[in-house]
Amino acid sequence: MTMIFGIPVQALFGQLLIGLINGSFYALLSLGLAVIFGLLRVINFAHGAQYMLGAFVAYLLLQYLGIGYWPALIVAPVIVGLFGAVIERTMLSRLYDLDPLYGLLFTFGLALTIEGTFRYLYGASGQPYAAPALLSGGTNLGFMFLPNYRGWVVVVSLVACLGTWLLIEKTKLGSYLRAATENATLVQAFGVNVPVLLTFTYALGAGLAAFAGVLAAPIYQVSPLMGSNMIIVVFAVVVVGGMGSIMGAILTGYMLGIAEGLTKVFYPEASNIVIFVIMAIVLLLRPAGLFGRDA
Amino acid sequence: MVELSEKMTTTEQAERGTSSIQLGILLAGVACLLAAPMFFYPIFLMKLLCFALFACAFNLLLGYTGLLSFGHATFFGGAAYFTAHAVKEWGLNPELGILVGVLGAAALGLVVGFVAIRRQGIYFAMITLALGQMFYFFCLQAGFTHGEDGIQSVPRGHLFGFIDLSVTSNMYYFVLAVFIIGMAVIWRFINSPFGMILKSIRENEARATSLGYSVAHYKLGAFVMSAALAGLAGGVKTLVFQFATLTDVGWQMSGEVILMTLLGGIGTLIGPIFGAGLVVTLQNYLATSDFPVTIITGVVFMVCVLLFRRGIVGEFYASRIGKKLGF
Repeated sequence: MTMIFGIPVQALFGQLLIGLINGSFYALLSLGLAVIFGLLRVINFAHGAQYMLGAFVAYLLLQYLGIGYWPALIVAPVIVGLFGAVIERTMLSRLYDLDPLYGLLFTFGLALTIEGTFRYLYGASGQPYAAPALLSGGTNLGFMFLPNYRGWVVVVSLVACLGTWLLIEKTKLGSYLRAATENATLVQAFGVNVPVLLTFTYALGAGLAAFAGVLAAPIYQVSPLMGSNMIIVVFAVVVVGGMGSIMGAILTGYMLGIAEGLTKVFYPEASNIVIFVIMAIVLLLRPAGLFGRDA
Repeated sequence: MVELSEKMTTTEQAERGTSSIQLGILLAGVACLLAAPMFFYPIFLMKLLCFALFACAFNLLLGYTGLLSFGHATFFGGAAYFTAHAVKEWGLNPELGILVGVLGAAALGLVVGFVAIRRQGIYFAMITLALGQMFYFFCLQAGFTHGEDGIQSVPRGHLFGFIDLSVTSNMYYFVLAVFIIGMAVIWRFINSPFGMILKSIRENEARATSLGYSVAHYKLGAFVMSAALAGLAGGVKTLVFQFATLTDVGWQMSGEVILMTLLGGIGTLIGPIFGAGLVVTLQNYLATSDFPVTIITGVVFMVCVLLFRRGIVGEFYASRIGKKLGF
């Protein structure tokens, strides 16, 4: 067996792949957080809960309506996005004039409520969700065995990240969003309906989180607690990246996912704290974050 | 901080002049606590006092310095572990065990604070949350915490070597004494020149800097102080329940203490006591049913933030009766 640094190549690439998968989810989630924060100035603590909701909606669609993975990949984000829009319109929008900390506390309460409800209804244990038949099995790449579904997750999350980046950086709608981030009052004066834009942004972020949730459902089990463990890591990712740039959020997500995977190979005991350690080091050396603009 | 500062002015007026009515209320409160074990289950009261002190320590940071720490469980739960270890493995007296807990929490506070004060506002909250989660994983893996089992059957021991704390009433009055001392320290701290500077940082950080105050040092000082007092609460709690577990260091605990403070009234001296009382009572009440506490906690959070940002005591201070009493 080939060895690199005394580690079997199989194990190394296996963990790298897991790191890349985790990194895909970190990237998708921190991207959504950054988009919401950019415009709404709200840190969406419920992001993890919305990720969990996405997975659960896919699971429930299959259980009760027989709707499979492929339609769920579209339907679940739409449902969660609409749910997000209702929350934003009825409650979150009342908090924009206050200190941003209240937005964080409100969404924290929302996350607890959603999570508690699902825990009450479905228990704390995970529910299995099968990968679609088309993507079952795997491919032998010569140096490692790649399960097809995992390859798909890496590719599709990259596409989703780049798609969102293009939407924000290159389209008319995106230019409105960016303009409203800079100066909402002025954009409103030009006749753009800013409140609708805010609702749309929150729904977009929630939808992205749900999309990540559906992607994650066949890999991890569908469990009410899958989001809360994720969201804290994603917060660390966001702190490392700085929320100033969309691309920064994406890149940091992948980088930290891979760093975590590599730590599992070389020093497994530290694998679940390595991201927090990196965060602390980045804060000491570059407090604004790797891609942050504000000092 | 508009919302926060509005209610501050009312409470600060309250703190300045301690009228005879307020002194009367204070004495009545202490008398109630002295007599309480005759009417209520003492363990419940001790739990309440520990959490009340924890919430007040937390409020020192949120209410008086304007820093939202989302990782205060680190200091509460960390001190619980340190005290438990010192008392059980080293065989220290309870008062020394608690001292170990407080010093350990202060040291943790120094490290966490040093990293976290590099960012403000919302980032500060996220950083403390992440560091808290890191400490949680550390406790999960470190040897002395015994992982999932926690440190069990911690002896209460003899206070100063001759007061047997395994007698419930002795333990209760010890906890009450610690609580009153802790509250006195907090009161003294926020009314000291140091506390005044903290309030000025809360109101306008840039101006405090321009007046020549080293804002970072004051924030760090407040953070360590708050961590140490949270540690005091955690250490005492360990002796009451005779165990230290991962529950005390989890992010849910950090969330709980925020809720207690928010519910009682951010930036009021006694608000967190009422908030803690309500939350602990609610938990006790729901402990026997299978309805999850998190749903209630979450809904209370949302309602508080949307409609009730001043909290119970804050609303009372702002009400007509409160104003008449000179609050």
